[in-house]
Amino acid sequence: MVDVASTGMNHRPATGSQRSAWAKLSTSSGWLGFWYMVPAAGILILFLAYPLFLGVWMSFTDTRIGRPGEFVGLENYEWLQDDTVFWLSVFNTLLYTVVASGAKFVIGLYLALLMNHHLPFRSLIRALVLIPFIVPTVLSAIAFWWIFDSQYSIISWSLMKMGLITENINFLGDPNLARACVIFANIWRGVPFIAITLLAGLQTVSPSLYEAATLDGATRWQLFRYVTYPLLTPIIAIVMTFSVLFTFTDFQLIWAMTRGGPVNSTHLMATLSYQRAILSGHLGEGAAIATAMIPFLLAAIMFSWFGLQQRKWQHGGSND
Amino acid sequence: MASVEIRDVRKAYGSTRVIHGVDVDIADGEFVILVGPSGCGKSTLLRMIAGLENISGGEIRIGDRVVNDVPPKERDIAMVFQNYALYPHMTVADNMAFSMKLRKADKAEIESRIDRAAGILGLKPLLDRFPRQLSGGQRQRVAMGRAIVRDPQVFLFDEPLSNLDAKLRVQMRTEIKELHQRLKTTTVYVTHDQIEAMTMADKIVVMHDGIVEQIGSPLELYDRPGNRFVAGFIGSPSMNFLDGRISGDGFETDGGLRLPLATAPAGSEGKPAVYGLRPEHIALDPAGIPVTVKVIEPTGSETQVFADAAGQQVVCVFRERITAKPGETIHISANPRLIHLFDPQEGSRLTH
Repeated sequence: MVDVASTGMNHRPATGSQRSAWAKLSTSSGWLGFWYMVPAAGILILFLAYPLFLGVWMSFTDTRIGRPGEFVGLENYEWLQDDTVFWLSVFNTLLYTVVASGAKFVIGLYLALLMNHHLPFRSLIRALVLIPFIVPTVLSAIAFWWIFDSQYSIISWSLMKMGLITENINFLGDPNLARACVIFANIWRGVPFIAITLLAGLQTVSPSLYEAATLDGATRWQLFRYVTYPLLTPIIAIVMTFSVLFTFTDFQLIWAMTRGGPVNSTHLMATLSYQRAILSGHLGEGAAIATAMIPFLLAAIMFSWFGLQQRKWQHGGSND
Repeated sequence: MASVEIRDVRKAYGSTRVIHGVDVDIADGEFVILVGPSGCGKSTLLRMIAGLENISGGEIRIGDRVVNDVPPKERDIAMVFQNYALYPHMTVADNMAFSMKLRKADKAEIESRIDRAAGILGLKPLLDRFPRQLSGGQRQRVAMGRAIVRDPQVFLFDEPLSNLDAKLRVQMRTEIKELHQRLKTTTVYVTHDQIEAMTMADKIVVMHDGIVEQIGSPLELYDRPGNRFVAGFIGSPSMNFLDGRISGDGFETDGGLRLPLATAPAGSEGKPAVYGLRPEHIALDPAGIPVTVKVIEPTGSETQVFADAAGQQVVCVFRERITAKPGETIHISANPRLIHLFDPQEGSRLTH
């Protein structure tokens, strides 16, 4: 074996030096790998990096629809500094993200734990839980729009029939109620994703760990606290990162239900950016609002990146 | 430490009955092995002792307490699982300390107990490692350490060696036996491997299809198997069974070969029977019966010969080297005092 290998090594440089540069390149695995990467890189550059770059660049100009802009430096951002509507949208976005993500996590985890038990009609229940996720967002938003309608709301109607209230509730007309309604709709829509993903995570936990812990004297709560939760943390970190990113950049649900109203109380940064850039035509200003989202998203990603760092116990053993 | 009493224990999942009334007495400090083919109910019985499965009928006592309705953590038992069930996110030390931490034991006590268990099992250099960083044998030892620190009344082992390779299994077998001799804790051990059962147990319980076939010391089971199932299950290679009938003072196989009997059971003349003969009790003998060699498997220390005895297969184990080739005829004989006769229908033992 050793002989064969060493003679092989001796032969290679002799022939290699005689080959052309092209022959060397065509057999180089690095060069080949580069070509395999080109299509993916091309798509990413064309559809992700270029628009991002254009958007950021536009935020430094005073471009309007139908008029190429000029470079104005940080002027757009200076304007935003004093814009109360912008700061309201930042507040709304943070409130929306924190409340909705937190609620989605708690409800999703609860549903996942529930579905992990031996329930009757388990597969049917799992299918039902997925429904909000399957329905197109705009469709469910329209449904919620009707549910929360100021005149035809089924909730108002039911409560009136029961005699609990005397007039329709103005769900989407009152700032705080409107906020609660869009957050509720977002939670309703986002829970299945979290529940199903966490359920998948739960199913990877070996049942014998629970048995061992039961014999060790753990109560149901301690089983969750010391076995389920720590083993689930890697998946929780991933799923919550996605949840926060999706919630923070939400647009469809708000736009279909309230368009940011009443009096901007449900405007998120995404909807405000759209309104300013496309509807009002101030592309530069809209781009600046969108760009202002980047630091927040980056912070969320960094947070989960460090949270996601493989824990020591996840490292594989060398002698296994 | 405590005795364990199993009285007429039954287990049913809905209408499917898996254990049909099992009685086993396990004395204080005894090492008892439940052995049987897969699906015989041995693991279920162990899990019922642990409290991981409900008891459908009968009674289990640990010490002098009926534990049927006692939750697992109050039964004062510790269990070692087949897949070790180590908590992957805890170090070796934390794995061992977990049960005591849940009981809010004193920190110094936890440390001294872990130190003692780690000393016994040679785990001291590994205390800060995570399960993933350990080899199979080390994980097995941690699982035992977790049981030892609890200092329970009873140790339960559920096929603990079946995930290890053959060499390590033999080594761990010795370690577990040594551990038991040192700690003298009552132990119930489940395995499907009869060699494990023979080498480790004080007492073996052979189970089959949810009933106990026989209980006895390893050598009792080997020397006087109570029925054909136990005779075939204990011993490797398995006992040969030759169909035939009792005739005169001997046995005649269906193929017409005559084999010796020490004493024929009274009034059995001409009755069909099964002649049980262990491969290692067969000797080469020019005056014996002729058999045709089919396959020869030399293992160095001994030679296994698969042969045809007038239409029925016989496995022989010889200490000497065999020069015969497949197809040739050799002559073998059996020591009449080492044979077993069984009823062909019931499988029950005929000789006494």
